[in-house]
Amino acid sequence: MDTAVDIQGLNKSFGETRALEDVTAQIMTGQLTGIVGPDGAGKTTLMRSLAGLYVPDSGAVSVCGYDTLSQADDIHGITGYMPQRFGLYEDLTVIENMRLYADLRGLDTRSDSTLFDQLLTFTALAPFTGRLAGALSGGMKQKLGLACALMARPKVLLLDEPSVGVDPVSRQDLWEMVQALVDDGMAVVWCTAYLDEAERCQDVLLLDHGQILYHGAPGDLTERLNGRSYLMQNIIGNRRSALTEALQLADVCDGVIQGASVRLVLKEDCDDTPINAFARSYQATLVHTAPRFEDAFIDLLGGGPGGLSALAERMDVIPESEETMVRCVELTKKFGDFTATDRISFDVHQGEIFGLLGPNGAGKSTTFKMLCGLLKISSGAAEVVGLDIRRSPSDVKFQLGYMAQKFSLYGTLSVGQNLDFFAGVYGLSRAQRHQRIAEMIEVFELAPILERSPDDIPLGFKQRLALACALMHRPKVLFLDEPTSGVDPITRREFWTHITGLVARGVTVMVTTHFMEEAEYCDRVALVNRSQLIALDTPDNLKALVTDADHPEPTMEDAFIRLVEQQNRLMDAREAAA
Amino acid sequence: MRRMLAMTKKESLQVLRDPAALLIAFVLPPILLFLFGFAMSLDVDDVEVGIVLESDSRQAQSLAAAFAATPFLQAHPVRHRREVERLLVTGDLKAVAVIPADFDSLLLAGDGRAAIQIIADASNPNTANFTAGYLRGAFTRWLLAQQTPGRAEAGISLQQRFWFNPALESRHMLLPGSIAIVMTLIGTLLTALVVSREWERGTMEALLATPARVEEIIISKLLPYFMLGTMAAIGCSFLSVQVMGLPLRGSFPALLLISMVYLFPALGQGLLISTVARNQLVASQMAVFSGFLPALLLSGFLYDINSMPWVLQQLTRILPARYYVSSLQTVFLAGDIWHVYVRDLVAMLILGLTFFGITRLKFTKRLD
Repeated sequence: MDTAVDIQGLNKSFGETRALEDVTAQIMTGQLTGIVGPDGAGKTTLMRSLAGLYVPDSGAVSVCGYDTLSQADDIHGITGYMPQRFGLYEDLTVIENMRLYADLRGLDTRSDSTLFDQLLTFTALAPFTGRLAGALSGGMKQKLGLACALMARPKVLLLDEPSVGVDPVSRQDLWEMVQALVDDGMAVVWCTAYLDEAERCQDVLLLDHGQILYHGAPGDLTERLNGRSYLMQNIIGNRRSALTEALQLADVCDGVIQGASVRLVLKEDCDDTPINAFARSYQATLVHTAPRFEDAFIDLLGGGPGGLSALAERMDVIPESEETMVRCVELTKKFGDFTATDRISFDVHQGEIFGLLGPNGAGKSTTFKMLCGLLKISSGAAEVVGLDIRRSPSDVKFQLGYMAQKFSLYGTLSVGQNLDFFAGVYGLSRAQRHQRIAEMIEVFELAPILERSPDDIPLGFKQRLALACALMHRPKVLFLDEPTSGVDPITRREFWTHITGLVARGVTVMVTTHFMEEAEYCDRVALVNRSQLIALDTPDNLKALVTDADHPEPTMEDAFIRLVEQQNRLMDAREAAA
Repeated sequence: MRRMLAMTKKESLQVLRDPAALLIAFVLPPILLFLFGFAMSLDVDDVEVGIVLESDSRQAQSLAAAFAATPFLQAHPVRHRREVERLLVTGDLKAVAVIPADFDSLLLAGDGRAAIQIIADASNPNTANFTAGYLRGAFTRWLLAQQTPGRAEAGISLQQRFWFNPALESRHMLLPGSIAIVMTLIGTLLTALVVSREWERGTMEALLATPARVEEIIISKLLPYFMLGTMAAIGCSFLSVQVMGLPLRGSFPALLLISMVYLFPALGQGLLISTVARNQLVASQMAVFSGFLPALLLSGFLYDINSMPWVLQQLTRILPARYYVSSLQTVFLAGDIWHVYVRDLVAMLILGLTFFGITRLKFTKRLD
């Protein structure tokens, strides 16, 4: 194996912030190398340095023997680079985008269209060549971005967060494509905040605060945790409160919900007697389980956040009621000839976390927007907290909190002004406004960043702020639209600590996500595909649906992919017959 | 070369698919031209004035009749000053001429005391000046006719003649100026928007990571807008001359040449803005403040540069639109005067080179 990229003592700062500190590493050809780390760890800075887009402050980077400082032009000739958001021209068609990048890389597609045809077949984009890139789904955009980056057969392929906002089916397609490229001897660098992706890389560079914490095969890191990962099964009682309590134990390093069970990671050199005792208090059985890369990652970063939510402590307890909090009956939305959601029905009960999952463009966001009164219902009915959305859309809005994708904060207002604005929008009285804002600042520790713009605060703070804004009016139902897209595991855990705490106080939560770990936190999951509801059950039951001799222990992601593919085959066959 | 062609093609496709670009390039120009050509006018026609006739003498009557006969004035005879004061305050009258009770004796005395009083509403100084001037002119003409009855043609007679725009139609001055505005919008605003859009959407990052050279990126960005600007210049000129009656006393090739040369600094400024701003909102604001507004206010198209404060006059020297407006007015109203053209062309080229030079220095194939 040859060295494709050689990084020697690389330093890069932006003003006061040291984005990369003394990074030294080699990336090999014919290998998939993952660059992982929490948000703000310096991943993108490293990727851009490799692409010759940043000049190192000190140290050097060479790609295939070319120095990024003095020979950037040569590097641009032999590398394919896909930036975040894929770098596509949305007002050009698929084929126009591909032609542009082919010409830019000096590829003559008129005389020799072999590579072009190969890429079209490879990415399965051939039927969509005439479609505008902006009209493609997230998964297809990603494939097109990859096709453009692969023009002129690069020796090194750099992919910056290629799977953010992309559904599991498309993600799997991409994996297969990249694996094929690696087998052909290409060096592929895959930058991600998702650790299940890192686990599948041959080589992993783990960054934190601009420094390399770990470099090697992901399995070697995971191995260090052998015997420290446990699964608490058959919990009698509430599994979420079990997790909250477990995270407060001194010996527990990390914990997450995994279906009906709780996954716990023990701190180094700790004895399992206390957690065994703890498990017994829930009449649960504690079994060893194989460690995952994520366990090792959190351990390496010094453990996850605690289990207590300062926010939830402050919230009033919503009295238990038998009332259905969200109800959809044959909910349908049509845009012209296109049916975006087709007769979707479900009920959500109080204190439940209800997940809405599905591939890009399946109709999740449309359903969500109808329930929040942001889109008109074409036919069918929907109720939130007993209120008919068609009849009283504005009353409904006072009952629910909505946290939109990308947080929808105002970048031109300061953090404090954002809080003020949202308190005002929900019509709180002056006294209430003061009290609630002060409370949010206290529980979310926003005081040091009050004067800053939400655009330049760390992602974790942004997420807290967005949550604070959505909760200002103490809603009974909370809608979260892809709340942790592109967010690292630590920030995500912190977020779910708050959500779990809120649910314990009686708040009902509806969430859409592409992130299957997150689906595990849900009590029930509705799977939407091609505008229809194809499955509705607990995460464990959904997994059971696809369990067979070949797949004895499917993950949530396996369940998602297989259920979606089953329905696709069914519908394709039906269409072919008709 | 192939890279440049590919990027130029891409840019052209984007222009054709962008409703905002098409709006600025094809819908806005005719609207602006019609606005400046018809709706907006700096001429003062039929100004409402009050004539206070306090004397009933024959001479006073005759002067009042002379005021009423003045073509630009709409005279309203009244008896008392008090009546017109109210109308002056409400803005119904723009000026008042008072013919006092002792008009005849004042006229006879000829000792320098004013025979009539003119009061003008100076809240709009321009109109006030015009109106007072008209009234004074009418009075002087009447006076001459009175003092030398039957001998007026024998004495010295003053005849004014206005060159280049004999009918004094402000439209003839405004139309060339509005062509400059249109060209500024297309050259500076549109270019600033398209490049910053690439930064905003992250496509510039992808572009920089390809073998495309900076010069190629810059030139391919500009070519489509250069074509668009040239087309707009031809279209606007055609519309002004054929539909709105603007004369074209110079030659068409000269008009085309100065317009194409003006695009050089205009595009350069747009490109420079987007290189610095990297965000469409900021870029459009910068383009409006540094391109559109100065072209409107400081180019000498609405306000005479010579009557501006010294500081502003100096500022206009680095304003490409100033030279373009000057050349445009020349080519439309005066004819081909090459030494004017050459001076303006050289100035525009120097400014253009400066903008491009700074852009080239700032625009690197790096993100930091």
